[in-house]
Amino acid sequence: MSAVREAEVARTPVRLPAARRRFADREGTLAWLFLMPSVVYILVLVGVPFVLAIGFALSDVTAGDPSYDYVGLRNFRRIFDDPVFWRSLGNTFIFTGVSMVLIVVLGKVLANIMIANFKGKWIVRFLVLLPWTTPVTLSSIAWLWMLDSIYSPIDWVLRQVGLLGKPGDLLGSGSNMYWLGEPGLAMASVITVHVWRLTPLAAVIMMAGLMAIPRDLEEAARVDGAGYWRRMFEVTIPLVLPVAAVAALFGTIFTFTDMAVVDVLTNGGPNNATQVLTSWAFFRGIDGGDVGQGAAIALFLFPILLAAAIAILRAVRRMEVG
Amino acid sequence: MAAEAPDLRPGRTVVEVRGLVKEYDGGIGRRARGRGGVRAIDGVDLVTEEGEYLVLLGPSGCGKTTLLRTIAGLEQPTAGDVLINGQVVTGLPPRARKIAMVFQSYALYPHKTVLANIVFPLRAAGMARPERERKARWAAELLGIEHLLGRKPRALSGGERQRVALARALVREPDVFLLDEPLSNLDAKLRASARDELKRFQQDVGTTTIYVTHDQVEAMGLGDRIAVLSAGKVRQVGKPMEVYDDPADTFVATFIGSPPMNLVPRDDQLVGFRPEHLLPESAFAASVDREKVPLAVDRIEYLSGDRHIYGTVTGIGKPTRVVSRLPATVDTPVTAGETYDFAVARDRLRFFSAETGLRI
Ligand SMILES: Nc1ncnc2c1ncn2[C@@H]1O[C@H](COP(=O)(O)OP(=O)(O)O)[C@@H](O)[C@H]1O
Ligand SMILES: [Mg+2]
Repeated sequence: MSAVREAEVARTPVRLPAARRRFADREGTLAWLFLMPSVVYILVLVGVPFVLAIGFALSDVTAGDPSYDYVGLRNFRRIFDDPVFWRSLGNTFIFTGVSMVLIVVLGKVLANIMIANFKGKWIVRFLVLLPWTTPVTLSSIAWLWMLDSIYSPIDWVLRQVGLLGKPGDLLGSGSNMYWLGEPGLAMASVITVHVWRLTPLAAVIMMAGLMAIPRDLEEAARVDGAGYWRRMFEVTIPLVLPVAAVAALFGTIFTFTDMAVVDVLTNGGPNNATQVLTSWAFFRGIDGGDVGQGAAIALFLFPILLAAAIAILRAVRRMEVG
Repeated sequence: MAAEAPDLRPGRTVVEVRGLVKEYDGGIGRRARGRGGVRAIDGVDLVTEEGEYLVLLGPSGCGKTTLLRTIAGLEQPTAGDVLINGQVVTGLPPRARKIAMVFQSYALYPHKTVLANIVFPLRAAGMARPERERKARWAAELLGIEHLLGRKPRALSGGERQRVALARALVREPDVFLLDEPLSNLDAKLRASARDELKRFQQDVGTTTIYVTHDQVEAMGLGDRIAVLSAGKVRQVGKPMEVYDDPADTFVATFIGSPPMNLVPRDDQLVGFRPEHLLPESAFAASVDREKVPLAVDRIEYLSGDRHIYGTVTGIGKPTRVVSRLPATVDTPVTAGETYDFAVARDRLRFFSAETGLRI
């Protein structure tokens, strides 16, 4: 190739064939294409049921009479008159509040253990993750046996160590605790199982947050003379707070809207002592056949959850920007 | 601070390390493959004096950071002792050592304001609020960052962050500053002025400083003394001029200086001389006792007024490629492809053992 031709080639701007630019470069089109599956998913599996629920809540639809008649807020008035509803609402807040505090605290402690450097840490990580990987129905059934009114191994251990079963023992002279039969113990049991189930997830999220903190910061604090608790509360916790807040939000909504543990362990009993809004909605709407009331109960928490989600997400944003 | 410390006695040792060894076990993978640990520090003895600026200089991976962290108490030595003010502090946590450290990343607390960053060590020490605010303002004024006190670290430039980190180190009034490559995150232009500031700052406060760097220009410019490290061992400790003019071995000779010292094999020795001492015959006064060497020039570079002349010398020992640096004041014409008569003053020659690399 002569020098002249080389110079010419260099001067002419090379235009790529139009076909090669057409598809991959149209980011607008691509964006829509890639977003479509999730949009469809949300519309079909979240949007439609949500609209349906609103529709049902304002109607007199029942399993026996599916014809749609608009009744306004009558369903809401009726559930407000029902003491079980208020009991369920209270239980929901107790269940969620106590669970979340325990899950966040235990999750942080477990996360600290998991990031520590010691021999055999892989087996600890494995054991911590185990509850999360077990299907909830399966593990709840295992717990059902653990908490059985007669054959509970926990009771057996308590009897062996002399806390239960004989007159004057600390936990009483009866041969069993009836974990799921006593109102207070039933709630404690349900909370324990739920905490047991969700803590691993919280721990893993917190661990990710902890590992994202540069090691330098912790070391700088040590050189600056800060002890363990000051480092924990002034350096580590503020820096994992955004992550922890998102984990807590997720956990809260999950706990508010989950009835698996309650359903398997107590089915809301004894005498509605562990009834939460979701299980009550299911009981009224599906088991009891009053679809309108079930929908009204289920929708009751929606505005509260929405407000809480927005508040937490905004707080997290402010923390990150600030 | 110098004024507040009445027992300022030049010659008093502040930091001393004795026979320090630090071995990392290298993790499971390494152990499984049957390899031992990494010896990051391999028997280091060092002493600093009150008010001294000691620079640890060495290539990347030679153990400088590990040595500094061991002095700080962030790592426990495998063997040996660390002494601060004559007391053995091996095994004590960092906060019991009266040291302050500036990390390579500065490690400012990102969620705290500059003021909160600076007072953090004072709060940890339990100082009352008015007292610590006064201290923080004093440090901020000294470093010219009063106008930044309300900001968060992410709103600061690299140079400002460095000053905040220094202020945070300063307020504790430590016995020694430990600085780990504090300039390496700054761009080249800022680095020169920050180096200047660091030196003036240290002269103002007069606190003993151990400064880690891999940059020989920083080391030569800042250090009262330089400790040259390689592979976990101290090769030489001395004033910048001593380290440059009288290197203890071939590692120091070739690590320091740009271009490095020329080494020419002769029998079982290596003959060393600096590029700026290899000059054309005509540049010497007649009385100077010198060794004549013919230089076959093959390449010439012009660098900031100097001429770097690359060629092969014969006559000293085996024919070897060397560099000569001619300052602008030597205007003898030199062209590539020719052979010229060059010379080195005899008192500029340094001799090393070819076997051990040590100075003879
Ligand atoms: N935590 C560690 N675990 C294992 N090896 C390490 C660790 N820290 C440093 N090392 C090794 O020790 C040697 C010295 O490292 P370092 O002190 O960081 O060098 P420098 O600061 O001089 O670049 C290197 O070979 C490095 O790989
Ligand atoms: Mg380093």
